[in-house]
Amino acid sequence: MSTVKPTSIPSSEITPRSTYLNRRNFLTGAALTTAAAATGLVFRDLAQPSHSARANTKIDGIQKSPFSTTEKETPYKDVTTYNNFYEFSTDKEGPAEEAKNFKSRPWTVTIDGDVKKKQELDIDAILKMTAPEERIYRHRCVEGWSIVVPWIGFSLSELVRRADPLPKAKFVEFTSLYDPRQMPGQRTGVLQWPYVEGLRMDEAMHPLALLCFGMYGELLPNQDGAPLRIVVPWKYGFKSAKSIVRIRFTSSQPVNTWQVSSPREYGFYSNVNPNVDHPRWSQATERRLGEFRKRPTLMFNGYDQVASLYTGMDLKKNF
Amino acid sequence: MQIFNYKSQMKLRLTKFVVFLAALIPVALLLWKYFHDSLGANPIEFITHSTGDWTLLFLLITLSITPLRRITRQYWLISLRRMLGLFAFFYGTLHFLTYIWLDKFFDLHEVWKDVFKRPFITLGFSAFVLMIPLALTSTAWSIRRLGGKNWHRLHRLVYLTAILGVVHYYWLVKADHRKPVEYAVALTVLILYRLGFWISETRLTPGR
Repeated sequence: MSTVKPTSIPSSEITPRSTYLNRRNFLTGAALTTAAAATGLVFRDLAQPSHSARANTKIDGIQKSPFSTTEKETPYKDVTTYNNFYEFSTDKEGPAEEAKNFKSRPWTVTIDGDVKKKQELDIDAILKMTAPEERIYRHRCVEGWSIVVPWIGFSLSELVRRADPLPKAKFVEFTSLYDPRQMPGQRTGVLQWPYVEGLRMDEAMHPLALLCFGMYGELLPNQDGAPLRIVVPWKYGFKSAKSIVRIRFTSSQPVNTWQVSSPREYGFYSNVNPNVDHPRWSQATERRLGEFRKRPTLMFNGYDQVASLYTGMDLKKNF
Repeated sequence: MQIFNYKSQMKLRLTKFVVFLAALIPVALLLWKYFHDSLGANPIEFITHSTGDWTLLFLLITLSITPLRRITRQYWLISLRRMLGLFAFFYGTLHFLTYIWLDKFFDLHEVWKDVFKRPFITLGFSAFVLMIPLALTSTAWSIRRLGGKNWHRLHRLVYLTAILGVVHYYWLVKADHRKPVEYAVALTVLILYRLGFWISETRLTPGR
């Protein structure tokens, strides 16, 4: 290691005596400035209302659906700032921030597995497949809160028909996007990536199951699963996979991501059921966002028309 | 260690006052957010998490007073400890109240069911209950009444409270265990420091 000769330090580098003597004042000044700046930032954070800009595309030709509920819709602001989307963040308000620059175009959805012919569909081709419907569904999270959302899409069975599955296909598996560059949560191991979900064929073909690309009259915001998701209203929210890139038909039951994460707590079926508690908390009640008191949870989230899919099944075992 | 001169006494009083105000900021912020409708889409959840978080933080801060005053030789810091401990109890009470009022609507039967059925609530409830005797015996009168030795023994319960609080947090989280683990690490460091100090004082010091 070479020693620095005194003469090699340029005189411009020497601290002026007055600065040296006043260094403590400088530090105090710096500390106060930082404190002032920090306080300023805190107030700026408080003063800014948290909302996402509704800069989305309107959807034309939306038809009403008999499946819609007449219950009060959750405000758009709440549905776009309170999201479980671990690909972006495990905080509720995180996805709205982190998904701001998420690119939902171009987007291709692969249809493969037990199908007659593998397909690569462009998202815009999917959107045009059939007339869009508005379905105002209750959406119940496994955590114990619920919302009412006017989703826009069409029956998942429409896509299944066009996918032309082989007779041996018993399940449909949905895979979400894997892109750690855009999705910071995927750089952590909080869940196994990419996110995988699945439905039994008869569940996917049920009229209530929705292939969804919009809400509140517009295309899906990024934090709500743009550009394509499913909505399965009689199951806990985590079953309604977001930002789907692949739909695979298979004869073996898919292992969904939350089951991988915690097999004792999250199963394949995950039907909303007030009689089957989560191991750590009760599922008997829920908090509808915007309401003060909790309300009782309904079997199948109130969608009794799906009960026939599960006759004879022990829903405690098949949770 | 007593402070004799007037100037340092006033400085200490001022410091305690500033710390008192600072410790109120979290609840002040919650109130501000409430009145500006910025508690988010699930306000009760936000309040519950925020008050719980601050309870743990104040517990950790309280437990770090003694290690801090020994390392920095700022022995006057001890005079802040009671206030900070009481703030932990304050936020713990808010957290507990939020649960029994805003979550359970004072349905004590439901609360009792929860305490017995849900392990993470059993722990949380126990952690809170343990803080009550500590808060009640926080005065100088209590120290005199109980005697220093007994008072110290009783107040060792704060370690149990902190441990129960951290495990309560860990058990309620869905999948992201990062923050509870951070608290667990901080608490472990603080406990190990105290343990190490206690061992060296009582076991390793000759003639004790």
